[in-house]
Amino acid sequence: MTQIDEIRVRVESDVDVVEARQKGRELAATLGFSSTDLTLIVTAISEVARNIVVYAHHGEIRLSTINDGSRRGIEVVAEDTGPGIVDISLAMRDAYSTGNGLGLGLPGARRLMDEFDIESVPSKGTRVSMKKWAPEYA
Amino acid sequence: MAVPILKQGGYLIASIQAALTDSDVVQLQDDLVERVGEYRSRGIIVDVTALDVMDSFASRALRGLAHMTRLRGAETVIVGIQPEVAFAMVQLGMNLEDVHTALDLEEGLAFLDAQTKEPGDSDR
Repeated sequence: MTQIDEIRVRVESDVDVVEARQKGRELAATLGFSSTDLTLIVTAISEVARNIVVYAHHGEIRLSTINDGSRRGIEVVAEDTGPGIVDISLAMRDAYSTGNGLGLGLPGARRLMDEFDIESVPSKGTRVSMKKWAPEYA
Repeated sequence: MAVPILKQGGYLIASIQAALTDSDVVQLQDDLVERVGEYRSRGIIVDVTALDVMDSFASRALRGLAHMTRLRGAETVIVGIQPEVAFAMVQLGMNLEDVHTALDLEEGLAFLDAQTKEPGDSDR
């Protein structure tokens, strides 16, 4: 799998969340996603970027185009060095939140994307990696 | 960017023009709750046609706005949710619960007219 065109967005405040969304939309638009898919991707980016602001205060979103030989797609990595998540399975459960949110961020983002991975070490940080594959192209 | 709020008769119309940060959304919430009292408004329309994303924070804030303004005696209608945005909201698991929605501004106004009509008002 080769990676090209990595875009990095520093995430520290709600303005950066908007920036990450816009950059993600621009990159995904070059891959031939439908407008519905673009909105799903952008919504997922918004959720993981906000998690950085709310829980870790600063981190980074990395956006890249990916290619597995037959398909192209977008990969979104959200990484922070914040407090980490003690119980990931609990954090992935709908309606569970340690903040004052709705607890839809992580499980919701997983539903919006094709692939979703999360690694977190308490007091070290969290890394979320999400992928969505573009429809087959000729 | 602050959202402009227009007063139109007994209603307030907030027309979102561009992408909103979380603090813009909270500001809009505060402004509308306050202006309902200032203008003695009976109805509020929040036009989200220009929004290309409605994530869990924005949805929750709009729901909160509708509940707060209802406590102040005004009905809120969210208009203009784009089809892609509606799709993403459902996938995300988001719903606006008991918040009124309408297709566009025109439908929203018609809804408020019907909702806020006094029992004694004569039909016209």
